[in-house]
Amino acid sequence: MPTPDVPRAHPDPAAAVSIRNLCKSFGEKLAVGGLSLDIPVGSFYGIVGPNGAGKTTTLSMATGLLRPDRGEVSIHGVDVWRRPYEAKQLLGVLPDGLRLFDRLTGAQLIAYAGELRGLDRDTVRARTADLLAALGLTEAADTLVVDYSAGMTKKVALASALVHAPRVIVLDEPFESVDPISAAGIRELLTGFVQTGGTVVVSSHVMDLVQRMCSHVAVIARGLLLASGTVDEVREGESLEDRFVQLVGGPQATGGLSWLQSS
Amino acid sequence: MVAVLLRMKLTLVVNGFRRSVWQTVGFALAALYALFVVGLVAVCMIALSFLDADEARDVLVVGGSVVVLGWWLLPLLSFGLDSTLDPRRFQLFPIPRRALVVGLALAGMVGVAGAATLLSALSTALAWWDTPLALVAALVGAVLGVAVCAVGSRALAALIAPLMEWRRFREVAAVVVIVPVIMLAPMASQVVDRLDDPSSWLPRTADVLAWTPLGAPWSLSGDVAEGAWALAGAHLLVSVATVGLLLVVWDAALTRSLVRPPSRGPVARGQGYGWFERLPATRAGAVAARCLTYWQRDPRYAGSVAFLPFIPVPFIVFGGLEGNTSLLLMGPIVAYVLGFAISADLAYDNTAFWLHVSSGVQGAADRWGRVLAVSILAVPTILLLGVGGVWASGDWEQLVAVVGASLGVLMVSLGASSLLSARYLYPVQKPGEGLFAQPQGSTTAILVGQTIGVLAVGLLAAPTLVAFTVSLLTGALWASALTLVLGIASGVVVLVIGVRMGGAVVDRRGPEILQQMAAWA
Repeated sequence: MPTPDVPRAHPDPAAAVSIRNLCKSFGEKLAVGGLSLDIPVGSFYGIVGPNGAGKTTTLSMATGLLRPDRGEVSIHGVDVWRRPYEAKQLLGVLPDGLRLFDRLTGAQLIAYAGELRGLDRDTVRARTADLLAALGLTEAADTLVVDYSAGMTKKVALASALVHAPRVIVLDEPFESVDPISAAGIRELLTGFVQTGGTVVVSSHVMDLVQRMCSHVAVIARGLLLASGTVDEVREGESLEDRFVQLVGGPQATGGLSWLQSS
Repeated sequence: MVAVLLRMKLTLVVNGFRRSVWQTVGFALAALYALFVVGLVAVCMIALSFLDADEARDVLVVGGSVVVLGWWLLPLLSFGLDSTLDPRRFQLFPIPRRALVVGLALAGMVGVAGAATLLSALSTALAWWDTPLALVAALVGAVLGVAVCAVGSRALAALIAPLMEWRRFREVAAVVVIVPVIMLAPMASQVVDRLDDPSSWLPRTADVLAWTPLGAPWSLSGDVAEGAWALAGAHLLVSVATVGLLLVVWDAALTRSLVRPPSRGPVARGQGYGWFERLPATRAGAVAARCLTYWQRDPRYAGSVAFLPFIPVPFIVFGGLEGNTSLLLMGPIVAYVLGFAISADLAYDNTAFWLHVSSGVQGAADRWGRVLAVSILAVPTILLLGVGGVWASGDWEQLVAVVGASLGVLMVSLGASSLLSARYLYPVQKPGEGLFAQPQGSTTAILVGQTIGVLAVGLLAAPTLVAFTVSLLTGALWASALTLVLGIASGVVVLVIGVRMGGAVVDRRGPEILQQMAAWA
């Protein structure tokens, strides 16, 4: 089993995302306890873990949305917390569980994200049209985001994360409540981005999806890194799902509901 | 099952306390206030007992009718306030319909308002302490009256529920209902002034109301005390029939809502890029375009814009139109209100603010954008009100002073808001909620925020306001000119400093601000 390398003290400038010794607790509860991870340039990196493992907390700290108690994060060698402005130019983020400016129409939201990044108007307009088309939202361009379905909302949020052509895309649960056809479209888009040298980081519960889609994977539980590396290294010949269950600690005992038998 | 529903509602109330201390404090304050009201009602009732029976009855009928009307209109205003008892949540449980009908109606009364209504209604018996038969009738009437409140409010809520699922309808309904209600206050005082002899209208009004579902239950005791048994029987019949009819309506609406799938109503569409087309493609311009779109589409902002045309109404009602110098104050007052409107702008964004944090927008650009958006709305408004006020009062020599004071106060207020909204965050209505939804447990925080704001703006605008006052009192030209100069100069200074300091706070604490707002959700 590939054990995580003994982490060097400082982030690796050659990595797309380099995390060192990241810690965060909320009150008494330790959410992330000294996590170190290097995400190579050009990888499609899956982050998996059970509910409450610290995935969202880690990704929020890595993208400048949540200040860590301790530790360092750098994006292509730029420290996220010391040089936030430069680091954020390299990053596209799709957070989970945060609101959108949903009184804007789909097109307005994407354009807003572009103009906040300082792009000029013509570029923003052209890219907005491209993104709407690529994600199948052209029909809904003039509909308020508040009236979108959950899947469409994810897609428009993804579009606003891509509009400034970032080098690293970090997506927290991008496939949740997205229908299979849209999910395939998103996957294709992300795979294309990786092939041109970009880096994608996704968190997910769906092992099957991660095994098929990602080149690398990290398993996180209780705020700690249990395993990381290429998908083949981590799964050691088993399915990722079985390996994950072994690593995290077996299926929960569910016996005893004898009255639930239907026959 | 009825007991289970009641217990659940009670548990919900109690669990609310565990969420925050402020919620408990808010509840305690509300309960104290309610207790005070109940005490007041009880004292009034004892006072009524010394009046003639027919006079006491008239007061009871009119007062009771107002309370019932309040309960009936409540669901229109308070959409989204308390969905814990939304019948649709019980869709999947095999609960007998009768139990659900009675249980939900009763559970709606669990809470401060319900308890206060019940106690006040029962206290009407005190008005008849010297007439035992009427006292019993009052208790019967009280129970019937409270039932009319509870079932009626439920029935109306269920009837309008399908409409309330349409976002647009909800948002418009709240404003359409509340604007006249608020305007009613100054109007009513005028009307009451003219009707200062209640004996001229009270008996007639009470006689009519006593035959309606609103007033019938409250009329029983008076009828009995006067020995008008036939009348008492008839009013009892009206009351019982009302409760029965409302139960049938509530039952039918409930049954329908249990099997009807939710509908979202028509979806809203915008056209093209709207404000994003009209403002410069800079970061501040983008923020301003977004905010203006919100001023237009978000009920929390649009609701306050809907008030603007009505601002002169109270001034004119109290002071008349021609030669009314109080109209000269409209400009500066509205300038303060509109400038202060963005003092909770970050809190209104809620966690959607992540987009600003993640995009690395400079705090100053964020602040300027918000200031620009409200200025596009506020500057024409206060100039219109200022010039209109001067025109109506006929004091044309005050025009320069009014314009100077208005612009000065606007800029000072904007500057103070720019810092306050970054530095002092408190929960406001969440996106999607109406203008009148009460954010949980933040009454004290809002009060503190408003106080800081009034003090800061008052202090910083003091030179302008002093010059303005001198100009108003003496009509001296130099004072008028001084108001303009001081207003613009102090306004620009405060605005620039406020935006810079607020921007620095956003730059330094952006992620912390975001996490603080995420914790409210």
